[in-house]
Amino acid sequence: MAKYLILIYEDETAYMDPAPEAWQTAMEAHTRFAGQVGEKGGQLLGGDALQPTPTATSIRGDVVTDGPFAETKEALGGYYLIEARDLDQALDIAKLCPAPYGGVEVRPVMEFSGE
Amino acid sequence: MRGEPGRDAGAGESSVPAPPGGDPGQAAAGQAAAGQAAAGQAGAGQAGSGPADAGEVRPEVGAAVAEAHRREWAFVLAATARVARDIDVAEECVQDAYVSALDAWSRQGVPRNPGAWLTTTARRKALDALRRDRTLRSKLPLLIEPEPATGPAGAAGEGEVIADDRLRLIFTCCHPALAREAQVALTLRLVCGLTTAEIAGAFLVSETTMAARVTRAKKKISAARIAYRVPPSSELPDRLDAVLTVIHLLYTTGHTAPMGADLVRADLVDRAIALARMVRELMPDEREARGLLALLLLTDARRATRLDAAGRLTLLRDQDRAKWDQGAIAEGEALVVGALRGALRAGRPGRFALQAAIAAVHAEAPSYAATDWPELLALYDMLLAAWPSPVVALNRAVVVSMLYGPAAGLAEIDRLAELDGPDGRLAGYHYLPAARADLLRQLGRAGEAERAYREALELADNEAERAFLAGQIVTLSHAEQAAPDGAVPG
Repeated sequence: MAKYLILIYEDETAYMDPAPEAWQTAMEAHTRFAGQVGEKGGQLLGGDALQPTPTATSIRGDVVTDGPFAETKEALGGYYLIEARDLDQALDIAKLCPAPYGGVEVRPVMEFSGE
Repeated sequence: MRGEPGRDAGAGESSVPAPPGGDPGQAAAGQAAAGQAAAGQAGAGQAGSGPADAGEVRPEVGAAVAEAHRREWAFVLAATARVARDIDVAEECVQDAYVSALDAWSRQGVPRNPGAWLTTTARRKALDALRRDRTLRSKLPLLIEPEPATGPAGAAGEGEVIADDRLRLIFTCCHPALAREAQVALTLRLVCGLTTAEIAGAFLVSETTMAARVTRAKKKISAARIAYRVPPSSELPDRLDAVLTVIHLLYTTGHTAPMGADLVRADLVDRAIALARMVRELMPDEREARGLLALLLLTDARRATRLDAAGRLTLLRDQDRAKWDQGAIAEGEALVVGALRGALRAGRPGRFALQAAIAAVHAEAPSYAATDWPELLALYDMLLAAWPSPVVALNRAVVVSMLYGPAAGLAEIDRLAELDGPDGRLAGYHYLPAARADLLRQLGRAGEAERAYREALELADNEAERAFLAGQIVTLSHAEQAAPDGAVPG
């Protein structure tokens, strides 16, 4: 098994001041996804939603600036850490990850110590 | 080691001479030696960087190694990758095995089954490498291979079809998580055994660029754990399509080299046909695999007639049909029948089967004029439905012009170009203005035809095609001078 990070990139304006039912729908979709990871034979190790990019603070060298590291239309809005047998299984799982206003990126996690 | 299913299962240890102990560290140098020795048997005695004191490599041994390199590389590497569980290690061991073969076969004679000898040798080297370097085994991300759910080896019964390792290899090379150009490079490198320099030459990029491309792709396979396996049947149609697309791309790159003086880069064409043949043999029930082989054979049957004696491009309608390769046509047509019939039984025919059927209609026609155009139009309609592509639609427009006249064809092309838009797939595609030019010429609109030919000339970068287009422009401007009102003399 190997670890993969699923990074969720979405247009965050879609989530600004959402109607309560839209928020509800999004929450339900993510709850459902959490269950589907296991059904697909993987394991959910963790995950979080992030506050939107206006709350971000960037540091380069020792210069502290307001805002995200890079301004992009689709910003990192959350992530899941999963364990899967191989890339095919990870992609299979990531395809189910809700990201209606963007998409997801799958990155293998680097492993350092021998295992 | 478990009993390994596969072609080498019968290669008993006793019948295979023990390979000389090799150091995988030398494999990089060995690659060049094996490649050179394999490439030209002329270099028999001068393999300077070859195995030390190998003595004279007899020409017939050099030829046998070269032959085994061409025919068996994919099989040997694929089988070794399963033991090594790492593509780089497998590649080094296989290269090393070919170097060993030069020496061993000179002393002991060429084995009856060179592929089995090379596989056993390469696998032993891989096991040695793993044993010697335990960290290698734990450090390198493994190629994942689902264990077969069968009982004791061999107990599954003789009738059971066991996927050939070469299929695992080619599906791994063409995994959708890899960029298309990486898929192409890896396929040539790992399945065909071409050197990075050869691949770079085929695609007219620098060796450094190609080496970086191959390294990056291999790194992704291991770091992201792209599985070394044939995809499950639920994913097979899409995954197989990627494999066939890569092979087709190799063929078209070779068939009309995008740049440079040679219209056909024969080595790429031959590699593509060999790959198509291999996939078709390994997946006999897949109709699109059959369709692709048919398409390549039927197209390649015309290879000898695509250029005239002076090296000028000859259009389909002017080609000497007596010189078409009837053997290739017969084989292609037999495959088309199967690809279409099978496809009709289980859903619609795929795009490769339909393209092959189109090529077959051309191959069967006694002359360009006597081609079965209604049949072609029907096939293009089906192809467009199966594979909506502006390029297919452009070809269909040419068929329309043959059935309903050049004006109808021209209207169709102009409609397509408008539909496609200024940034569409047809923009910059030199066959579009070339096809327009031909129809305008037929309509006697010489001035417009000449402008369209010039437009095509600006976009084309194959020398033979450029020469053809330039020739058309010269012919038209002469005609214009002769008949300033634009009328084209018969």
